[in-house]
Amino acid sequence: MSGYDRALSVFSPDGHVFQVEYAMEAVKRGTCAVGVKGKDIVVLGCEKRSALKLQDTRITPSKIALVDDHVCLAFAGLNADARILIDKARLEAQSHRLTVEDPVTIEYITKYIASVQQRYTQSGGVRPFGISTLVVGFDKNDGTPRLYQTEPSGIYSAWKANAIGRSSKTVREFLERNHQEDMDREQTIQLTIKSLLEVVQTGAKNIEVAIMAPGQRVEMLPDDQIEAYVKSIETEKQEEAAKKKTARGSTTTAAILTRPGGGESTD
Amino acid sequence: MLVYPASFLNMDFVLLGITGKDFVIVAASKAIMRGPTIIKAEDDKTRALNNHTLMAFSGEAGDTVQFAEYIQANIQLYTMRNDTELSTPAVGNFIRGELARSLRSRSPYTVNLLLGGVDPATEKPHLYWIDYLASLAPVPYAAHGYAQYYCLSLLDKHHNPNIDLEEGMKLLGMCTDELKRRLPIDYKGVLVKVITKDGVREVDFDNDKVVRSA
Repeated sequence: MSGYDRALSVFSPDGHVFQVEYAMEAVKRGTCAVGVKGKDIVVLGCEKRSALKLQDTRITPSKIALVDDHVCLAFAGLNADARILIDKARLEAQSHRLTVEDPVTIEYITKYIASVQQRYTQSGGVRPFGISTLVVGFDKNDGTPRLYQTEPSGIYSAWKANAIGRSSKTVREFLERNHQEDMDREQTIQLTIKSLLEVVQTGAKNIEVAIMAPGQRVEMLPDDQIEAYVKSIETEKQEEAAKKKTARGSTTTAAILTRPGGGESTD
Repeated sequence: MLVYPASFLNMDFVLLGITGKDFVIVAASKAIMRGPTIIKAEDDKTRALNNHTLMAFSGEAGDTVQFAEYIQANIQLYTMRNDTELSTPAVGNFIRGELARSLRSRSPYTVNLLLGGVDPATEKPHLYWIDYLASLAPVPYAAHGYAQYYCLSLLDKHHNPNIDLEEGMKLLGMCTDELKRRLPIDYKGVLVKVITKDGVREVDFDNDKVVRSA
């Protein structure tokens, strides 16, 4: 051990604060979360840990939390840390309403969350929050969708679409390739789920989706609808793959594809 | 400790609450007075605490709104944190606790309240009479201020717990008529809100009816 990763508020000689970097490592190990802005909605998608056999899924907390009626937050990293941070954000949102009679703007609450995270990188006896967050929602009387990200270091940034957590790089690159301006509701939800499917192998039962629209409460997409989206995306993918193969003109694969029964035949 | 005697509090406002089969009517006078002067004639002395709970308040100017909005923010924070709406009895006991704490502080809130709500599941109405000394009483009908002197006897005679909304409004009309007949103060009419299982709504009320003194 070099000793520079002991006390939090100490730099290493080459300018690193190791504890903060370790916190970012904890984020990378957390389950993936995606946020996508459409023309007039914003969607959050989360990878859900698969529940154990005896677990009661109805009362196991979700990775998507409401900070206020118009602000939704998803996180990646240490669940227990997130609980504390979300609670602080909720308190601030209500306190803001009480003092200035207006709900918080999305930027304001993001800045607040980031500043709490920053505070925990610069004082003694504490440990940084091992979480990144995606904050989404709409400001009061404003139809512009908002999407922000915060990091353990206290950095915050605005995005059109972004991913955090496990394999976030893969998902972000997928989003970069497939994101379009002015997507409608269907397209936005589809892109969210499609990008999550890049890293979630187990499909619909391990995905949760929250949708926000201006002036409305958050809408958690029901499981059967998520399943429908996943199915349509998978068939679309298969069709595309089949097209590619026929285009390549390989006779052997073409023969397999035309075989009656297709992939369902067993041996 | 500084506790105002009850006579110190404003009494020249009207707060009325009436429960029925599946609703609560809350009426609050629209005037804000300072001594003999009316400063505002279209005041709303109520705050919705959640979808099915409404609080009406009166008392020391400034304290009232401050306290009401403090309660409102805390109830909403509870709802956010726990993803559940508090029941009306729970809200009532929370308010009582806050008032009791405030009463024993250096500067207590001097606020009187009526808390009305309907349980959306059972459709049962709840009404609480709360005063600045942190009394909390569940009641079928209630009044604060001078309205107590004129209306409680009327309500005692005519109220029963199974009345429907129409009968409830008629009862409220009897109360306001009596106030116009007997109370030598123009409280600028009442703002009437009704709570049912579907939420809180404002209802039209004829404040211009002329009542001749007896």
